[in-house]
Amino acid sequence: MSAALTERQDPSSAPAGTSSRKLTERVFRIRETGIIAVLVVFVAITASIQPRFIDQANIQFVLSNTTVYALLALGETMVVISRNVDLSVGSVLGLSAYVSTNLFGHSPGIPVPVVFLVGLGVGLACGVANGLMVAIGRVPSLVVTLATLYIIRGIDILIVGGNEVVAQTLPSSFIAIPRADVLGVPYLAIVIVAVIGAGAYYLRSFRSGRELYAIGSNPEAARLAGIPAGKRVFTAFTISGAIAGLAGVLWAAQYQTIDSTAGTGYELTVISAVVVGGVAIFGGSGSAVGAAVGALLLSTISSALNVLGISPDWDQAIAGFLLLVAITLDRGISVRLAAALRKRSSGVGT
Amino acid sequence: MEPDQNALLPEGLPPEKTEAQRATSPRRASALRSALQPALRWETGLAIVAVAVVVFGVLTSPQFLTSGNFFNMGVSSGEIAIMALPMTLIIISGEIDLSVASTLGMSSATLGFLWSKHWPMLAIFVVLAVLGVIAGLFNGLLVTRVGLPSLAVTIGTLGLYRGIALIILGSNTVSNFPAPYNRIGVNPIPHTNIPYSVAIFIVLAVIFGVVLHATATGRSIYAMGASPEAALFAGIRVKRVKTMLFVVSGLVCSMAGALWTFRLDTAVWNNAIGLELSVVAVVLLAGVSIFGGKGSIIGVVLAVIVFAGLQNALLLTNFNQEATGIVTGGLLLISVFVPNAAALLGRARGLAISRKPVPRSAIGAAND
Repeated sequence: MSAALTERQDPSSAPAGTSSRKLTERVFRIRETGIIAVLVVFVAITASIQPRFIDQANIQFVLSNTTVYALLALGETMVVISRNVDLSVGSVLGLSAYVSTNLFGHSPGIPVPVVFLVGLGVGLACGVANGLMVAIGRVPSLVVTLATLYIIRGIDILIVGGNEVVAQTLPSSFIAIPRADVLGVPYLAIVIVAVIGAGAYYLRSFRSGRELYAIGSNPEAARLAGIPAGKRVFTAFTISGAIAGLAGVLWAAQYQTIDSTAGTGYELTVISAVVVGGVAIFGGSGSAVGAAVGALLLSTISSALNVLGISPDWDQAIAGFLLLVAITLDRGISVRLAAALRKRSSGVGT
Repeated sequence: MEPDQNALLPEGLPPEKTEAQRATSPRRASALRSALQPALRWETGLAIVAVAVVVFGVLTSPQFLTSGNFFNMGVSSGEIAIMALPMTLIIISGEIDLSVASTLGMSSATLGFLWSKHWPMLAIFVVLAVLGVIAGLFNGLLVTRVGLPSLAVTIGTLGLYRGIALIILGSNTVSNFPAPYNRIGVNPIPHTNIPYSVAIFIVLAVIFGVVLHATATGRSIYAMGASPEAALFAGIRVKRVKTMLFVVSGLVCSMAGALWTFRLDTAVWNNAIGLELSVVAVVLLAGVSIFGGKGSIIGVVLAVIVFAGLQNALLLTNFNQEATGIVTGGLLLISVFVPNAAALLGRARGLAISRKPVPRSAIGAAND
């Protein structure tokens, strides 16, 4: 019975034995398989109606539309797993996009990597501010990031004034970034898959990554177990901010017209992607890969509507509806899974 | 464990616990007084801030204290104020409704669509009311009966309802609503200088205040926010009350949609887009705890005054109007930091004075 208890108690924080490790892996595999299956079925159905959906041009289009969301979803995943939320990502993206690419106009000839560093720095600063307030100020993250959503967007509006960065001021090497490809696969998609892979590996296999799950599933217990919860949560917010900063520069390269509205409302899409991808909104479970697939699914859907000739007016309603379907299904699965685990554990115990 | 580790912990749960602990402590003379203290302190602070905002407004512009300006202030924040009332009850009950602005948008789009099809206005109002009830019921059932987190559900319906508005109206704009209705938005109530939306807010605030503070249902809303399980065991119909709260929110937001449409004389799909954040900001500024179980309607009324006054004062100073979010956000941060800092200070003082066994939660579990 005691063995059963420890096994059920926490599959995420304690690497107790191989059996519980396997169980964890299986649980996570199930979560991701679900969303990937939905994606495959969806693509298959759409492609059978309209074969153009899976030609190279459209796949490239979908992939490059996913990049920014998938990146943001990685940072958001870390935050959400720790039972927090970062609503400021859209505003950080907007601020970073303008501040970094505005440099092209101010100091022509500035190297592209420097611009990326500036974007990263802006994001890092915002992330640190969020993280400090949540971790040290002990203020709920929903409130902190709701406030910084406003404040960062306000700063962005003050900096931008009535201006905007237009495509003409951007060097061609910068604009080319989202369009470069290797054997037909967007170069950027490869880089982002690598980044997400690294993030997923970190969350899954590093001690500090595992500790985020522990904090998310039971903050009090995590603290009592000696996990430096404040430090870990601070790190999660910092990473989320930094990623949003980088995503801002990529966004600028993709859309090329940057005014003070860049990235408005992205936070909700990103959270949708994360939740659709199987990350529990109240922390403690989910994976970076799932969240990335969630982002891919959302942009696949909006592209499918487009290809099938459905008015883009339907986009938003369908995305919202799908989010509801996803969380309802997830709830059903997790209820069943819990029942199955219980059965299993009691089987092991006897 | 070292004490400053405690300071690094996220989520401001300990302060609330400490207050509760204090209230039950026999050393205190009056349990009731200490239970009321944090709330009173917060509302007093807000009242001072409200006065400060008025002073700031007067100093920045001589126009601030004119009755015409008061009218503008009321009109421009009316819908936010109205939607903040049901939101307050929902947050106190431990849930959240992020779909309020989308419900408003959906209602506005429906109003425009049906009006362009020459429906009589009364019939349209009935449709809007039904629509609002359905929208709220959908949220409520998903949260209570399916058991999903309201944050996720209402992010979903935020997209869904806004999307439905877009489907209904597309990129069309409907305007030129008949004069008697338009007047609701732009003219004051005859013989007074009070906008209709402010009058509606006052009436609703009284109703919501009475329900929340003086009825069994109202008390049960606090109970379920403070501890859902305890509320359930106490025989409170948690699911039913929460569903009702979402329904009321849907209905009120739908009606706010009509107000918004008449005020601007335009029905477009993206009316009031993003307004949910302002509504939540006002409610949190009012001292309502995001974790549920705490807050008051008086606080909301004061927060509305602060919010509307500040927006208006900034407008008169020619501050970039779109950037007033900095101020809203700043206020929001202050509103959550001040009580936390006060709790920390109070704790430190308690430690220094008593040197007696302090309630455990005051020291923090990390010391065990």
